[in-house]
Amino acid sequence: MTFLKNRLVWPVAMLALLLLCALIFSDGFFDIRIQDGHLFGTPINILRASAPLVLVAVGMTLVISTGGIDLSVGSVMAVSGAMACLIIGDLANQNSVGGVTLAVVAAIALSLVLGLWNGFLVAVLGIQPIIATLILMVAGRGLAQLITSGQIINVQSSPYKVIGTGFVLGLPVSVLIAVAVLVIAALLTRRTALGLLLESVGGSPVASRLAGIQARRLTIMVYVVSAACAGIAGLIYSSNVSSADGNNAGNLIELDAILAVVIGGTALTGGRFSLAGTALGAILIATLDTTAQAVGIPPETTLVFKAVVVVVLCLAQSPAFRARLFRRPAARPAARAEVPA
Amino acid sequence: MLKKISAALAGGLLLASTLAGCGDDGGGSGSSGDDKITLGFAQVGAESGWRTANTKSIQESAAAEGIELKFNDGQGKQENQIKAIRSFITQRVDVIAFSPVVESGWDPVLKEAKDAGIPVILTDRAVDSKDTSLYKTFLGSDFVEEGKKAGEWLVKEYEGKSDPVNIVELQGTPGAAPAIDRKEGFEEVIKADPKFKIVASQTGKFERTGGKQTMETMLQSVKDIDVLYAHNDDMGLGAIEAIEAAGKKPGQDIKIITVDAVKDGMTALSEGKINYIVECSPLLGPQLMDLVKKVNNKEEVPTRILTEETTFTPEQAKEALPNRKY
Repeated sequence: MTFLKNRLVWPVAMLALLLLCALIFSDGFFDIRIQDGHLFGTPINILRASAPLVLVAVGMTLVISTGGIDLSVGSVMAVSGAMACLIIGDLANQNSVGGVTLAVVAAIALSLVLGLWNGFLVAVLGIQPIIATLILMVAGRGLAQLITSGQIINVQSSPYKVIGTGFVLGLPVSVLIAVAVLVIAALLTRRTALGLLLESVGGSPVASRLAGIQARRLTIMVYVVSAACAGIAGLIYSSNVSSADGNNAGNLIELDAILAVVIGGTALTGGRFSLAGTALGAILIATLDTTAQAVGIPPETTLVFKAVVVVVLCLAQSPAFRARLFRRPAARPAARAEVPA
Repeated sequence: MLKKISAALAGGLLLASTLAGCGDDGGGSGSSGDDKITLGFAQVGAESGWRTANTKSIQESAAAEGIELKFNDGQGKQENQIKAIRSFITQRVDVIAFSPVVESGWDPVLKEAKDAGIPVILTDRAVDSKDTSLYKTFLGSDFVEEGKKAGEWLVKEYEGKSDPVNIVELQGTPGAAPAIDRKEGFEEVIKADPKFKIVASQTGKFERTGGKQTMETMLQSVKDIDVLYAHNDDMGLGAIEAIEAAGKKPGQDIKIITVDAVKDGMTALSEGKINYIVECSPLLGPQLMDLVKKVNNKEEVPTRILTEETTFTPEQAKEALPNRKY
């Protein structure tokens, strides 16, 4: 049973189980058809809904691998979307590609600055990550509301709409962006020494520094990358509904992102990390929400349903729990005989 | 720097409340000397366009009526609101009004206000306190009534037809009073006729993205949706995008009813993408100021007062849209 020890087996099994439930209880869940020249159907919707979470969770994985945490991602999403919509709203021609590009660049640049601020607090001033990023989590939400003056900003811009709702070669643009970021992050961390260095910083910052690794610079970098991912996620989120909602955009997504990272088998204490696991975790969370709705679980009980799935998954992933579960039948010879070889 | 600013702010607040306390200790008359009425208002926060319009209405009508307004933004937290009400009591305002962020846990602070002889008016949202002597009146919308109005339009629209009508519902945040009551009122009216069937009812959390994603799922899992009932405009607007992406015409293939009547919703209504909106008006400032004056003169007021509200069809929306403030 060595395959059971692989970190990704349980999330994959859970995802399969969920999809099986959806297949049984919801007609047409897997119907994918071509409409207006692109793919259309619930599985595509799940992927589209999970794109912002995948992006945020990829950034979160890198931060967590260094032993940190970034609570400000949801607020950065809100700021980024608000900034982009503010600029586009002021354009003389909202459909100008140049203007929208400017807005997107400005929004991501602002996100980078916010990430730099987090990195500065953590790596230079030595503030605990949970506190340092908590500051921006609260202040960033305020900043977003300031940009939108507490209202929802609407834009009517077809180039901007492409980010969240467009399709290229029949595939959703938002999903392609998420996949691209995931692949770049995976290549940079696994095909270069970067991943090893991050894990080393997460394992022991002091030992890493003594070994000649620039721990401080790496720490600042992961917070900047995390904010950039959140910024792009914020653009997808706001583009999806062609509006910026400073109050609700990315609300509580930091918790879902942390959950995705943990489901993916990365420990919160830092060190070893798995980007593939994180992406799987994020898709699992999005599937959970959609399945609950498609199957018709009442909204009051959806959170309980989610909690049960996560608890079962975490128990299955825990080596101590599995050891107990499998040891017991072995203690009774009679039970063992019934287990087929 | 953040620390310094907040320390300075806290210090300033402390000083202000102490000063106010000292100044009033001698008189003990309840009002601050001149005959201008002072109103302490503790707002929920600034979480939506609706709320911003609500705040603006209260501030503008207070200024118009010559009532001195001490305004506090609770930022969505009950403890902030309780603190604000306590400071209003210390400052000896004439009347306290507030929109409680949650229903329970207000008894102690409301008793303090009662002991200090300061009348309290609830606006927009209720408290679940059993002791109704703790507040003078509750001014706000009746969410059940809003749900009923939505249902009545639907019954009229499908009058004389016998084909089954498949309805999907986008609920607000689970547990929120408007979500519970709008669902209840709507169901009460349509259950009289068995042809109306709510085939799916899921939450869109009162947000556009929530409304869009939930509608995307429902469009797939439910065959033949005839009507969408959304508990607020924003979810309805998100759902419109999902319906358009699925290649259907909102307002025609799927009839849409929403509640609130904010500007964006009214625009969609005037374009025929929404068929009917039940208003939930945030502009209760003038009514509130009227009540404040009455309560301050010790006049009797009814314990429950409804906000003046209406409903909108596309034609009415076109007319009302140019003057829409929020």
